Amino acid sequence: MSAQHAFAAALLDANAPCPEGLTAWNGSDPTRRFAVYRNNVVSSLIDALAETFPVTLELVGEEFFRAMAGVFVRQAPPQSALLACYGEGFPAFIERFEPARSVPYLADVARLEWLRVRAFHAADANPLPPDRVAQALAAPERLPALRVDCHPSLGVLSSRHAVVSLWAAHQGLDDLARVDPGIPETALVVRPRLAVQVIALPRGGDVLISGFASGLTLGEAAALAVAAATDFDLTAAFALLLRYGALSALHEPAETSL
Amino acid sequence: MAIQSPGEPSARGAPVRADTGRLPARAGLGLKPQHFAEILATGPDLGFFEIHAENYLVAGGPFHHYLSRIRERYPLSIHGVGLSIGGAGPLNAAHLERLAALLNRYQPQAFSEHLAWSTHAGVFFNDLLPLPYDNMTLNRVCDHIDQVQEQLQRRLLLENPATYVEFATSTMDEAAFLTEIIRRTGCGLLLDVNNAYVSSVNHHRDLQAYLTALPLSQVGEIHLAGFARDRDAAGAPLLIDTHGAPVAAAVWDFYAFALALLGPTPTLIERDHDIPPLAVLIAEAQYAERLLEPAQRTVREVCA
Repeated sequence: MSAQHAFAAALLDANAPCPEGLTAWNGSDPTRRFAVYRNNVVSSLIDALAETFPVTLELVGEEFFRAMAGVFVRQAPPQSALLACYGEGFPAFIERFEPARSVPYLADVARLEWLRVRAFHAADANPLPPDRVAQALAAPERLPALRVDCHPSLGVLSSRHAVVSLWAAHQGLDDLARVDPGIPETALVVRPRLAVQVIALPRGGDVLISGFASGLTLGEAAALAVAAATDFDLTAAFALLLRYGALSALHEPAETSL
Repeated sequence: MAIQSPGEPSARGAPVRADTGRLPARAGLGLKPQHFAEILATGPDLGFFEIHAENYLVAGGPFHHYLSRIRERYPLSIHGVGLSIGGAGPLNAAHLERLAALLNRYQPQAFSEHLAWSTHAGVFFNDLLPLPYDNMTLNRVCDHIDQVQEQLQRRLLLENPATYVEFATSTMDEAAFLTEIIRRTGCGLLLDVNNAYVSSVNHHRDLQAYLTALPLSQVGEIHLAGFARDRDAAGAPLLIDTHGAPVAAAVWDFYAFALALLGPTPTLIERDHDIPPLAVLIAEAQYAERLLEPAQRTVREVCA
């Protein structure tokens, strides 16, 4: 068991000596052969992060990204064989990573990319069907008491930076030269069917959604959103969420009290 | 408890359970997301698809959407890359449970894993790491395979590794080690022809002697892949199992040699890096099928 422990420890520590007890048929120094494993481990994990955070990579360039990811991989290697789950801590690492300070929005772009991967693999659910929406709208006096389930893939990111515009510019959807990174944006990420959507939420939209998520009624959540953003337009925000399939169920008060 | 394939004597008195089906003795491809839509649109004539289990241990989304549809049309092999069967610690029970659920959902014709370790003290290294071939390792690997086969209620195919180092503490050669695992646990062998070739170069072994020392009647599947070339500290060739290149000519030759001994065997073209267009991989699979054909003819002649 201790032999495997020494092997494991030397994989992530580039300065550790080659583990004892390794041999080669021709008596050559096994350090070079052991380096194949060391390289496979670190570079495959960097590759996994590069796949999850492609826009983050584009923003800083491949060389910088791989060096930064290499530091993260050695500090926080995966705890699970499910590599789709690897990288949740990468945005917070970027925020603290001194050499990346010159790109202040980098960590938030990485947070947005993490929400996209999370949404991609999240549980499936049907968005609210139009007839259910029509039924609810037919009794407007009962709307404030409704409770709302968000789609399981939904994620929200409120940023001090133009995180949606920056991301969109790197998809060829927007002109990067026209993006002012200093304008705060809130991103809604959701995958109602097969494709992950990234859209900008109006101010207060994040408060509305977190109200839904914490079990408030539509009326209570809307009141909090108005308090957070005086120009909050509930009808427009609700229509936006419906259009992008961000909601999956509405509950009448009787249902939730059960 | 070990699961035996039908008709074989049970080494540990385990009950015999029939397989739910077998992979056809044809060529198959590793399933890649960039090929999902094209496979469904064109329905290429392939024997089966193989997935890496860990990529599909997620709740929902496009991977399950496409795999469900592809599974309706093709036989499936599920290939684990993260169970760490050679790990010094116990198997991850939660991981094994998720695997069981995946196998239950997709009912694959084959399930395979590696003679390797990839997790230690809670850290996953995302690589197939080598083992010393001694009695302590043998007992541990056999216990882990018993546990896997019992929980999954099916026979596991164990893949021979590509390795770059050997261990001073090894007391048996790789073929003897694999033979003993298969004898004790009743698992099958996934013969990775590329790994065998890579290891034979890296450790200066006699490839044909290695092959003929294996229990070939227990081979349930073959893997073919490409490698990269490097050199060790003394300048001797060191081949790296990259799955990032076409199958090398020497590996095709060895594959033909293996087929002559094995008869027709389900064969996977593995490609995990620098993935080319689907048509390129289909052409490689068709080449494998041309080599499978004489093997099929030989079997028919012998049986006639």
